[in-house]
Amino acid sequence: MLTYPFKLVTIIAEPVLEPRITQELRRLGATGFTVVEGRGEGSRALHAAEIPGINVRIETIVPPDVADRIVEYIAQHYFTDYEVIAYLSDVSVVRGDKYRKPFNQGGN
Amino acid sequence: MLDILKANLLSPIPLAFALGIFARLVKSEFSLPKDIYSALSIYLLFALGLKGGVELAHASFDAIVAPAGVTLLLGCITPLTAYGVMRYVGRFNTSDSAGMAAHYGSVSAVTFIAAQQYMQRVGAPAEGYMPTLLTLLESPGIHIALFIGAVQRNRQAASAGADAADHGSIKEVLHEVLTGRTMILLVGGLVVGYFMGEPGWQAVSPFFDSGFKGALMLFLLEMGVVAGGRLGDLKKVGPFLLGFGMLVPLLHGALGVILGEWAGLSPGGAAVLGTMAASASYIAAPPAVRLTLPDANPTYSLTAALAITFPFNILAGIPIYYYLAQRLAA
Repeated sequence: MLTYPFKLVTIIAEPVLEPRITQELRRLGATGFTVVEGRGEGSRALHAAEIPGINVRIETIVPPDVADRIVEYIAQHYFTDYEVIAYLSDVSVVRGDKYRKPFNQGGN
Repeated sequence: MLDILKANLLSPIPLAFALGIFARLVKSEFSLPKDIYSALSIYLLFALGLKGGVELAHASFDAIVAPAGVTLLLGCITPLTAYGVMRYVGRFNTSDSAGMAAHYGSVSAVTFIAAQQYMQRVGAPAEGYMPTLLTLLESPGIHIALFIGAVQRNRQAASAGADAADHGSIKEVLHEVLTGRTMILLVGGLVVGYFMGEPGWQAVSPFFDSGFKGALMLFLLEMGVVAGGRLGDLKKVGPFLLGFGMLVPLLHGALGVILGEWAGLSPGGAAVLGTMAASASYIAAPPAVRLTLPDANPTYSLTAALAITFPFNILAGIPIYYYLAQRLAA
């Protein structure tokens, strides 16, 4: 089966950032995303909630240029003060168009 | 005085709380499932709102004006004193001080409920409209504290030539605080309770009233587990915050009691108002602070609010505020 190379962006963050980050993903060119909640602790072990140790993992599949944009944005805005990590992996998808925003609608 | 403290320690709420701490200290695997914990807090807040709304319908407007006024006043004073003590006595930076002020300027609804129950038990029930005052005290403190923090931060950001933060805007914080679960359930419950009145309350009280004290006990058990889990952080925050977490509540509590009696509340009511002023928020304030003052260290404020002030109020503070209110009334 014919597949297309894309990037999977994975962001693991404090739950308080979820609404912001997911909103920004759309703006940066992602066509969709998935959020799962889990437990864990980062290098700083900050517990900014009454129930400690809850993290969210936000995943989105995007073209390489969008992936770079997202990771750069996250690094710039959140790495200093928040417990956040972001990384990229290579994935192959069947329907390439599904993960690419039509050009003239970009930015929305 | 010692007798009052002892009697309090042997009542249901402190005992359940202590059991939770114990469970955590012996590293038991026990803790309430997160969803049940949320469900219990929803039940407690909504029941509190409903009952408060029904009672509010009985209260005359004139009776509430003065207590509501001093409550708002408290909401403006407590963040300022907390900020001042943190910044100028503890020498913390502006963000950490403002973050702490947001926690101590706001209230803990569970501490409020515990105080209400205590007054009922000792035969000096607080006025029925107290939950209305609780909602008034919930948000001003957070906004004042975050405002101080934001002003200081923008000053620093401007001098550093950084672009103004596009997040942490006033709009975002307002939304965070005003649509949080406490505000929706408590204010919403008050409105619903007010309109459904006594007949409506009769219909739902088998669920919302009969189970209330039991649910509260279960909730406090879990609060003990949560607070116990943070005791380890006490070493990180140092002796200043340990003192802060007990002395600032005493100061705010005494202020609340004095203003409450001055506004014409009964000793029980004044003690509950004092407890409100003395308590520190750990539900509404943390996310608001995290989003607005990201460089404030949440370990300081949450450890102080949850591991020091909350246990202090539950175990000793509430009877002390009541004792004070009695002495003042006499």
